[in-house]
Amino acid sequence: MKTGIAIIGGGPAGLAAAVAAREAGVEDILIIERDNELGGILNQCIHNGFGLHTFKEELTGPEYAERYIEKAEELRIPYMLHTIVVDIGEDKVITVMNKERGMFRIEAKAVILAMGCRERSRGALNIPGYRPAGIYSAGTAQRYVNMEGRMPGKKVVILGSGDIGLIMARRMTLEGAQVQVVAELMPYSGGLKRNIVQCLDDYDIPLKLSHTVIDIKGKKRVEGVTLARVDENRRPIPGTEEYYECDTLLLSCGLIPENELSSQMGVELNPVTSGPVVNESLETNVEGVFACGNVLHVHDLVDYVSGEAKLAGENAAAYVKGALPKAGKGIPLKGENGVRYTVPCTVDTERMAQKQIVRFRVGDVYRDSCLCVYYNDKCVSRVKKKVMAPGEMEQITLLKSKLQEAGDLESITIRIEQE
Amino acid sequence: MYDIVIIGAGVTGCAIARELSRYQYDTVVLDKNSDVCEGTSKANSGIVHAGFDNEPGSMMAKMNVRGNAMMEGLSKELDFPFKRNGSLVLCFDEKDMGKLEHLLEKGRKNGVPGIRILSKEEVKELEPNVTDDMVAALYAPTGGIVCPFGLTIAMAENACENGVKFELDTEVMNIIPKEGGYILETSKGEIESRLVINAAGVYADKFHNMVSDEKIQIIPRKGEYCLMDKKVGGYVTRTIFQLPTIYGKGVLITPTVHGNLLTGPTAVDIEDKENTQTTQEGLEDLLKRVAVSVPEVPTRQIITSFTGLRAHWTEHEFIIKEVEGAPGFIDVAGIESPGLSSSPAIGEYVAQLVQGICPMEKKADFVATRKGIPNVAEASFEERQELIKKNPAYANVVCRCEVVTEGEIMDAIHRPLGATTVDGIKRRTRAGMGRCQSGFCAPKTVEILARELGRDISEITKSGEGSNYLTGYNKEDI
Repeated sequence: MKTGIAIIGGGPAGLAAAVAAREAGVEDILIIERDNELGGILNQCIHNGFGLHTFKEELTGPEYAERYIEKAEELRIPYMLHTIVVDIGEDKVITVMNKERGMFRIEAKAVILAMGCRERSRGALNIPGYRPAGIYSAGTAQRYVNMEGRMPGKKVVILGSGDIGLIMARRMTLEGAQVQVVAELMPYSGGLKRNIVQCLDDYDIPLKLSHTVIDIKGKKRVEGVTLARVDENRRPIPGTEEYYECDTLLLSCGLIPENELSSQMGVELNPVTSGPVVNESLETNVEGVFACGNVLHVHDLVDYVSGEAKLAGENAAAYVKGALPKAGKGIPLKGENGVRYTVPCTVDTERMAQKQIVRFRVGDVYRDSCLCVYYNDKCVSRVKKKVMAPGEMEQITLLKSKLQEAGDLESITIRIEQE
Repeated sequence: MYDIVIIGAGVTGCAIARELSRYQYDTVVLDKNSDVCEGTSKANSGIVHAGFDNEPGSMMAKMNVRGNAMMEGLSKELDFPFKRNGSLVLCFDEKDMGKLEHLLEKGRKNGVPGIRILSKEEVKELEPNVTDDMVAALYAPTGGIVCPFGLTIAMAENACENGVKFELDTEVMNIIPKEGGYILETSKGEIESRLVINAAGVYADKFHNMVSDEKIQIIPRKGEYCLMDKKVGGYVTRTIFQLPTIYGKGVLITPTVHGNLLTGPTAVDIEDKENTQTTQEGLEDLLKRVAVSVPEVPTRQIITSFTGLRAHWTEHEFIIKEVEGAPGFIDVAGIESPGLSSSPAIGEYVAQLVQGICPMEKKADFVATRKGIPNVAEASFEERQELIKKNPAYANVVCRCEVVTEGEIMDAIHRPLGATTVDGIKRRTRAGMGRCQSGFCAPKTVEILARELGRDISEITKSGEGSNYLTGYNKEDI
C-alpha cells in the first residue's frame, strides 16, 4: 500500500504530528502504532499536570491523550493498531506486520519518526549484585500499578531521580507501599523541581544526592540494597555504605530515544541526545524523514512534545505537497560552556518560520548565570537566569528577521556565562 | 524403581539424558531448580573450544576435541544456534612466543585441525580492533560459539520426547546405597534407581562424598561477564583469548551466536556455591583485563552483566567414571571449561559406561531430531508470512528489542519441558535479552504465561518459587 505521510508511533508526538499534517491539508496519512491503543505512554501516566501550556488546564495523561485522539478521529486520520514496524528502508518503504494482515509493505512519501524512548536498564547501569525479581524500571512499575492495579512491591528503594521515579515514589506511597529513599548519583536531581516538591517533600521521602546502589541482595527476590555516597568522580566512598531492607528497587536513571529503526534507514544520530540530527524543519539527513518527541530528544513536558510534533507535521505536509524548499546547508547551532546540545542542529533562514524555538539541556546546575546567544563571535542576547538545571529543558527563540539582517553567519552559539 | 537417575539438568546431565534416551532405560533427571539450564550452563562464555590448551591425553583433551567435532552435526539435528567463527590466542610479548608455540604443539597432539600461528599483520587483517601491542596469535579455525541455553534445552527436549522424565524443583538431600541400587531422598520423596549419574556441577562433590570415602572437593570458581549490545556485535568476529600475561590469566572477548559482544570471565575461587553476584571490583577488573586485547572496548554498550560458577576440581580434570566402592554410581564431576564444548562427547562416553555396567537394547522408535521454536526475528518476509498464516500470534511482537512474538512465547510454554517462568521464556526465545533488558516485555510475558498456564499473574515467577513479580493489589496494605 501507499501513503503520503507515514507516522511511526501513535503516542503524543505521532498524534500531534498527524493532526498538524491533516490540518495543513494532507489527505493520506497513516499512523502505525505497536500497542493496542493510541496515546502511548500517556495512558499509564494517571497523575495530573499535563496540558498547562497546550490547553491552559491541568489534565491527567490519559485525558491529554484523549484530546488528541478525539481530534485525530474527528479528522478521520487512519491508524493501524497492534502493528509493528519491522524495517524501514532509505527509500521510505516500511515493512510492518500485524495479526490481521500478516507482513506487508507501505510506501510513504514522507516519514515522521515518533517512536519515543525507553528507560535505562539495570544492566546498562552495571549495578553489581544478584539478579533477583523485584528490580523494575519505574515505567514498568507504573504500568503494573496504574494499568493493572497490582503492586510490584511493598518496601521500595528508588535509584535515580528522573520524573517517572519521582512520580512513582508518590504513587507507590499512595497505594500503600513504603518508599524509603530516592538515591541520585549526581549532585542534582534529574527531574523537575515541582516533582521533587510534590512527590517527595510532601510525603517525607528523603532524596539522597550523590548516592548510588553498590549492591543488591537476594537470590530470588530483592531482600535489600546497599547505598553509598559517591565522590566527585561518581566513585563510591568506602565507609559510607548504608543497607536498606526492601523487596523492590525501582530504577529511574534516564531515558534513551529508541532509534534502532532510524539507524536502519540511515538517519544520522547525535551522540549526546541519542536522537536524530535535525534541521529547523525537524527533518533528518534523510530527505523527507522528520522526527519529533522523545525519539528526537527526551522532553520533560508533553506540552513541548506536542508543539514540536506540530512543527514536524506541518513540515512533512509541506514536503509531500512540494512546498518545502530544498534544504540548504543551514547555519550550524552550537552549544558551549554547559549547553550540552541543541535541537535543531542547523537553521536555514529560507525554510525557518518567523520564530524558531531552539531547545537544549545544560550539563550542571547553574545559578545566577546568563544564557547568551552569539551570531558568529558577536553576542546578540544575554538573559539572566536565576537557576538552570539538567532536569529542566531550556529554550531560546531565534527570529527570522534578525537572522536575515545578520546576513551570512558561520554559526550561532548558545553559551552559559557568569554574570 | 528407575534404571537411571541423573542428578542435575545442566548441559552435562541433559547431554547424558539425550544419549541414554537412545536405549530402553527408564531414566529420570532431577534438578533442584524449576527449569533445566539454571546453573553453570546458563552463565558461561558460550564457547566451543577448539581444544588446544588441554593436557594431551587428558579426559578434557579427548572430550573437547570430540565434542567440538560433534557440535555442528548436533546443532543441525537438534536445531540450535552454533557457528564456527574461529579463535585467536593473542601473544603480547616476543618473550612469550615459546608459550604460543607450546600451545600449538599441544593442539597438534590433541588432534585439533588447522591450527597455526599468525603474524601480527595477519591478525590485524582479521581483527582490526585488536591491540597493536600484540606480536602474534595462535589461530584455531575450528573454534566456535554456541547458544548455551539453546544447546542444553535442545538436548533436554529431545531426551524428554524420547521418554526421559524430568523432575524439576526436586532437590536430592541424601543418597543411600541398597542392594542393586540406590535410594535417593529428595525434597519430593524417595526415588529408587539401579544407577545414579552425578552431574551436579558445583555440587558434584556433595553427592560423590555421600557414597565414597575418597572425598573430593569441587570449588566454585566465580567468573563475571559483561554483555554488550548487538550494535557492537561485530567489534570482533573471532573469539579472542589471551596468553597469560603479567596481569594474570586472561579473559576473552567474543561475538555471541546471537550477535552480541561478550567479555569475561574473571576467575575467583569462592566457598558459597550459590554466590552468583556480580561485584564492582570484578567488573572493573574484567574491563581492565579485556582492554589488553582490545583497547577500546565499547563499554557504553553494556546491556547486562552476570556471574557464573565453574565447577573446578582441585586436580583440574574431568572425573567421568564409576566410583570405586560404589557400584552403579557414576561421577561426571569437575566439568568446568571446556565442559560446554565437551558435553556431547561426555554424553556419548557416559552412555558407553552405562552400557558396560548395565547393557540395554536400543529403542526402535528413537527420534534423533528436534525442531526448535520458529525464530521470527531471523525469518524472511515470506517465512514470516507463512508463520503468521499458521498462527496470527507470530505477528504480535512482545519483545521489541529482540523481535520475539507472542507466538514464539506460546510455543516456549507448550513444548515438551515447556517454560513456566519468565527466565525460562527468556532462555527459549530471547524475550527480555535485548537492550532494554525486559523493561517493556516482562509484564506482557508474565501475562501470557499466566493466561497459557491458567494462573493469576501474581503466581508467575522470574525463576521459580520465591521470585514472584507482584506482591499484591493496590491499596491492600492501607
